Amino acid sequence: MARQEKKKDVVIVGLGWTGSIAGIELCREGLEIVALERGHDQSTVPNFEYPQQIDELKYGVRLKMMQKPSQQTVTVRRNDGETALPYRSLGSFLPGNGVGGAGTHWNGLNWRPQPEELRLRSYVAENWGEEIIPEGMNLGDYPVSYDEMEPFFTHFEKVAGISGKAGNLNGEIQEGGNPFEGWRSEDYPMPPTATTYDSSKFQEACLAAGYHPFPAPAGIASTAYTNPYGMQMGPCNFCGFCERYGCYQYSKSSPQTAILDALKMQPNFSYRTESEVLRVELAEDGKTATGVTYWDHKAGEEVFQPADIVILSSYQLNNVHLMLLSGLGEAYNPLTGMGTLGKNYAYQMNGGVSMFFKDENFNPFVGHGANGMCIDDFSINQNDFGALGFIGGSYWRSGTFNGQPIRNMPLPKGTPSWGAGWKEGIGEWYGHAMSIGSHGSHMSYANNHLDLDPTYKDKHGRPLMRMTFNWQDNDLKMNQYMKSQMEPLAASLNPDVMQSGFKGLGAQYDVRPYQTTHNTGGHIMSANPTQGAVNKFSQTWKAHNVFAMGAGNFVQNTQYNPTGLVGGLAYHTVNAIRTQYLSNPRPLV
Amino acid sequence: MTDIPGLPSRRSFLKASAAGMALSGLALPASAQNAPAPVPLDQYQPDYLTADEWAFVMAATARLIPSEGDGPGALEARVPVFIDLQLAGDYGTADDWYMEGPHDANAEPARGWQTPLNPAEVYRQAIPAFNAWCEETYQAEFAALEPAQQDEALTALQKGEVGLPAEVRDFFTILLANTKEGYFADPQYGGNFEMQSWVYIGFPGARAAFREWPTRHNVKYPLGPVSISGERA
Repeated sequence: MARQEKKKDVVIVGLGWTGSIAGIELCREGLEIVALERGHDQSTVPNFEYPQQIDELKYGVRLKMMQKPSQQTVTVRRNDGETALPYRSLGSFLPGNGVGGAGTHWNGLNWRPQPEELRLRSYVAENWGEEIIPEGMNLGDYPVSYDEMEPFFTHFEKVAGISGKAGNLNGEIQEGGNPFEGWRSEDYPMPPTATTYDSSKFQEACLAAGYHPFPAPAGIASTAYTNPYGMQMGPCNFCGFCERYGCYQYSKSSPQTAILDALKMQPNFSYRTESEVLRVELAEDGKTATGVTYWDHKAGEEVFQPADIVILSSYQLNNVHLMLLSGLGEAYNPLTGMGTLGKNYAYQMNGGVSMFFKDENFNPFVGHGANGMCIDDFSINQNDFGALGFIGGSYWRSGTFNGQPIRNMPLPKGTPSWGAGWKEGIGEWYGHAMSIGSHGSHMSYANNHLDLDPTYKDKHGRPLMRMTFNWQDNDLKMNQYMKSQMEPLAASLNPDVMQSGFKGLGAQYDVRPYQTTHNTGGHIMSANPTQGAVNKFSQTWKAHNVFAMGAGNFVQNTQYNPTGLVGGLAYHTVNAIRTQYLSNPRPLV
Repeated sequence: MTDIPGLPSRRSFLKASAAGMALSGLALPASAQNAPAPVPLDQYQPDYLTADEWAFVMAATARLIPSEGDGPGALEARVPVFIDLQLAGDYGTADDWYMEGPHDANAEPARGWQTPLNPAEVYRQAIPAFNAWCEETYQAEFAALEPAQQDEALTALQKGEVGLPAEVRDFFTILLANTKEGYFADPQYGGNFEMQSWVYIGFPGARAAFREWPTRHNVKYPLGPVSISGERA
């Protein structure tokens, strides 16, 4: 018999970016709110303090800030004919753990999608015709437009404290910003951070080639800053420990630096850690939820938490898993196209070029996760999909972000991987290399989807979620196009040696090397209940008092890092709850 | 050196002198910071590895990162100590990993870690299997081979040519990864002794403060490393 807690107005499942946003915004409505967090509590002090945080082995390699597969994981197969096997140790992607979630250990790259990306199917149809859409690609439009989203992007950027340079202010192109971005109603809250040597070389090469370089939009403070909640950030000192670490100096945007201390002061908010939600409980009619059942790890017992509103704000994979287990929709069937949960799982298609300069010093340890100069000259709204033979695009970036030597030791091809030659190589080349990265879109396909595994179970006896995923020709062609365009630019810098790393046609998904933690889709937004799991307000079509936030909403992945869209959608959702739902709880679409 | 209770000790006097030297601008090597000398590797009592395993790890890491040439070798960096401590800890026992069956150790490598064994067990089972291959091929176990034969044997191991069972086929991969981890990790984990590896490549360790450095283009950062526990080199 589960223990029962006192009923709340709102229960939040997962206290990362979107859970924190929902918490603080709904607190202002006077609602009684409890957040349940599977992991541990963590704050800048004491958890991210100097110098204990500056530990590559513990956090960079042993991944002590991340979700442990022993707690929760998925199985993976590359097609429906393969037997899925557990993702036993972390490699390809790194879901976060504990308060702050992935918003604590991210790099801080905060982009808005291009307007065309939110209506990509229509954009393709209007310009090239639907016949260029490959068989099996579930290309879609988001049910929200860029213009509707703009105020929410702006607000999230103010809360998160983003540094950058606008390229399009209300339709006016700004020198030095990104001319290919969607319009902004205001400039970034902070100016860009300083430009490192590699970035400046990249910038010069881009200008010489006729491209349009601009500073990366960074969730990294360039100056002293106070956000709308009164939370303060201090300027970054380029310590180089962003990705996989908590920031020790209040410089990186995170739920901790931007929201949580303000939220914890609200008398109508409370949170419980080590409280792992097992399922959302539905009312007998199946049209609303009554609350959630969670496992209290401290007490070692199941607890029922009744609530009028349930907000699912855990990591994308965990949200989809919980929805599948709770019957918050039908599982997607790729053969019939029926069902919506698990549909349109997507990822990211990345590549890059490394350049070695034996007489130049890059001090690769001087940097931050969102450092660098970028170009969008090969982005989605710049590519002629019909002529190029793919749908997609990428942004390019060059900037030092971590010179931590266990993981970041680029060596020219042909250098031995061990022995005297390796030792000589690290002495010769460490600090003398720079790179350019291509960060590309990933479309959605019938073949890439999520459901429940028939064999493997978690500690609570629940089936693990099964990921069916492989690289598809469309995105691989896009990647090869980027290679063909990037190599000449890299060569124009006259490096002593250069080498490329881009997946090509036929590449098979390999779970071992780290690729990206931009897992998207699975509870996608849609204009009607047959196409997706939630409506434009992230409200589940199944139960109107359940809202599912985060990158699970993405119809297909964009060419950018997902957090800007995740944050914007979260504010769009809580605005709808505040202004439309609370006064009259019902399906909003 | 014995200190007499109640009197200023000779050791404190030496420490104070050392502080004075630092203030006067003379950099002190880490060895002058009163760090006790560590146990020599040949007297080290492993936490996890058996004597035979220790001999193998000493010999293998000495070839993976040899002592000759510039920069420390794995033995100077005390990498074997790091590996022993890691295997004795929660990495060795794969505490954070999902280890439930069924297991398919023959799965394609791209499917990730699929053996039922944890890293400590992989070392335990792979070392005798590899030594048996060395006996068969060279009539001696790995640690007793000449360096050139050891390199040849490790190359065969890396290429998957020594016929290890599927359950331990990733042995070389983790041995090499653990060796490099021990070479470059903070010294608190037992390797990277006196931060020699960081000094060698020019990585400043736990300094983590470079406010004025982003705009100093193409200028080599001048300071040596610090460790998490405050050592300087």
